[in-house]
Amino acid sequence: MKKFSWRGLSIVIFICVTAFFLAPLAIPNLPSWWSKHHLKLGLDLRGGMQILLEVDTSELSATDARNAVEQNIKIIRERIDQFGVAEPTIQKLGEKRIMVQLPGVSDYKAAENLIKQTAMLEFKLVAPSEEAKRVIDAIDKNISGNLDKFPALAELAKKDKSIIADTTSTDSLQVGTGIFSSLIRPGEMDFEVQYSDVRLIQELISDTLFAQFVPIGYQLALDKADTENPRADRALYVLNSAPQLTGADLAKAKVEYGSATSTDPRVANKPYISIEMKREGARKFERVTADNVGKRLAIVLDGVVYSAPNIQERIAGGRAQITGRFTATEANELAIVLSTGNLIAPIKPVSTSIIGATLGSDSIRKGTFAGLIGLIIVALFMVIYYKGCGFIADIALVLNVGFILAMLTAFGATLTLPGIAGIILTIGMAVDSNVLIYERIREELDLGKAPRTAVDAGFKRAIITVWDSNLTTLIAAIVLYYLGTGPIRGFAVTLAIGIMSSMFTAIVMVRAILDNFVLTGTKTKLSV
Amino acid sequence: MRIIKNPNIQFVKYRYWAYAFSIVVLLIGLGGIIFNGLNWSIDFTSGIAATLNLKAKDPNVAPLPIDELRSVLAKNGFPDAEIMYVGDEANSVFQIKIKTTGKGSNISAEARSKLIDIIQSEFPEYVKGRDINKEVIEEIYEVGPKVGSELRTQAFWAVLLALIAMIIYIWFRFELTFGLMGILALFHDVLIIVGIFALTGKEITMQIIAALLTIVGYSINDTIVIFDRIREDLKKNRKDPMPVIFNKSINETLSRTIITGGTTFITSACLFFFGGSVIHDFAFAICLGILFGTYSSICVASNLVIDLHQITGKEKKTLQHLTKKKK
Repeated sequence: MKKFSWRGLSIVIFICVTAFFLAPLAIPNLPSWWSKHHLKLGLDLRGGMQILLEVDTSELSATDARNAVEQNIKIIRERIDQFGVAEPTIQKLGEKRIMVQLPGVSDYKAAENLIKQTAMLEFKLVAPSEEAKRVIDAIDKNISGNLDKFPALAELAKKDKSIIADTTSTDSLQVGTGIFSSLIRPGEMDFEVQYSDVRLIQELISDTLFAQFVPIGYQLALDKADTENPRADRALYVLNSAPQLTGADLAKAKVEYGSATSTDPRVANKPYISIEMKREGARKFERVTADNVGKRLAIVLDGVVYSAPNIQERIAGGRAQITGRFTATEANELAIVLSTGNLIAPIKPVSTSIIGATLGSDSIRKGTFAGLIGLIIVALFMVIYYKGCGFIADIALVLNVGFILAMLTAFGATLTLPGIAGIILTIGMAVDSNVLIYERIREELDLGKAPRTAVDAGFKRAIITVWDSNLTTLIAAIVLYYLGTGPIRGFAVTLAIGIMSSMFTAIVMVRAILDNFVLTGTKTKLSV
Repeated sequence: MRIIKNPNIQFVKYRYWAYAFSIVVLLIGLGGIIFNGLNWSIDFTSGIAATLNLKAKDPNVAPLPIDELRSVLAKNGFPDAEIMYVGDEANSVFQIKIKTTGKGSNISAEARSKLIDIIQSEFPEYVKGRDINKEVIEEIYEVGPKVGSELRTQAFWAVLLALIAMIIYIWFRFELTFGLMGILALFHDVLIIVGIFALTGKEITMQIIAALLTIVGYSINDTIVIFDRIREDLKKNRKDPMPVIFNKSINETLSRTIITGGTTFITSACLFFFGGSVIHDFAFAICLGILFGTYSSICVASNLVIDLHQITGKEKKTLQHLTKKKK
């Protein structure tokens, strides 16, 4: 039995760790505590979608902003869990970015909607028609002097004038006389907007500059587009801008279906969302309904009016329904979003990528093939060039590749296509340390030294060089890791692990093999 | 087996030929950068890149000609879309790249949905019977304007920081002149590769930036092996003039330089030939980088150290610094 040595121990650990983490790749029926460590493939290899979101914290204080990002991540995670995605990755990037990766998701539109929906639920009173008309008139008046600030409206005004000039068309359908009111006309209960003008109105409503011209205490909102008839006219509401209740008052939301016998065509057989309020919210709701009997209460989600029922009587108990021409999927998503709570601050996607599964498996196949060919050529070369010692280096080379994969598994890192490239490059560079050492040994042998002294001297000299040269490459890999994103990080990680493990195998393992198995006794020849 | 037995090539003596070669290549590269400009990918600007499979399910439908796709996109508001085949023409897989300009933070997202709408409404016969999300769209990648410019700054800092960190390391391990000249040689390598990319009009993607950093890491590795040998030889032969020792060291390490360059080049070449289209340009950059990195390590970096020493006259001081005994 050999004496204990740190070198021996480290080699045993190295091999065991590699074997432990690689086993799940090769052996199918391992116990779950073991097989749960398996190599994760990046989105670029298995397909799926990735969204980079930015949290808009401009309206929050610094501490709130920090919490908002964390809070949003929690909410997004909950939503995705309810949506049912296996192994999603949700992580914070920098100060206010959130990276969401959904492997295997192909219905990217639904996923994107689900995540970014803020679902700001608010209950707001609808201004009575006389009041609403006054608001529209005021907007007309305020805007007429500031047309230059709204190029789209100014253009419209020019066109309008020419139309008015050559026809004496009746203005009876118009609400007012100004340029804004020319876009809307009175409907049964509210104002109506023609489909062709919807976009312009939407832009105006979301424009903060325009909001300054709306009388204080009021706000404009469109109703929800009809999914079955998206080109239909839309209603425009004038709302009291102070919300009576918000999503914070909400306890639960779920999808239900209206009974087939319902007389209301908006409910019959259609999905709707039933909501239940918290105790405090229920009390508020009761008070609001009691105070405003006869008025209409609009249910506003993300600035869009879903419905605006008439308050018939005081409502106790804190239950309400959101109806509004949903499809089943829409209602389902909305219920998830409502019950997981509002995002603390609005988020918007800044970049999205969707990768099909075919492209991914193609990349794996080709990358593996390229890697294998490279590995075989390099290994053959080493054996031909350095004979016996070349074979030892080849053992180290294969262990290196295994170790990189094992470490990626251990750290729970993902293997990406650039990561595969990193491994392949490492195959090329990993032999470098061996080459440095072997060349040195050859030089020493040329000087007429005996194999053992030559190996000692060769290692001693070459190690300095191996350190210096590898550390600089490691610096590049570390910088790459800190400044890179996504797949690039994967590349940096494999490169860094590769550098470290190739140094270990060359300096410790190859040395040990040489010492213990090759340079036994008083050998006079070394196959290098 | 030996590649070259005891080489004694006069690298130092003929260094001005190498300089001349480098300057010519650099000038051509610079010319390319100035006149052609760099083709920044949407990673760094903003826009969308989509890979669409438009092979019709119905075998009677003729394959979609690329020109038709181009003209339809042009008609629908994407006149500058870059379209090319991915792989074989018969597969009808297209890569479409559209750069978006403008300020709105949503322009790229809008362009993406618009592109998909156009494909669905204008080419129903190619989409029919197939799941658009699963079978038609192989990949869509979209970058908003904000992220694009951020990434560009980030990439710039990444390369610069890596270089500075290396100068400091070499300064610490060797001496400042070596650090500076080593890095100068790296700039030389990076600039040549970037120049070649400008000349060939290849896109600078995030992957290419990673490739450049790998080249930087690889080339400095090569250079340091030679520097290390120089340091050692300087200690051994204190009487020989510097250029002689430099030349000796370069020759002594020559077979290692060539072997490592060779094995790394072979694996990158495998990646280039067999790795598939996604990784093609990356492997191309690495292959070039290894060629020029190896060349600059042998012919440029250490020779520049000699020249700078001769200009500044600090040869003696450096010698003392490098050969002083460590504890």
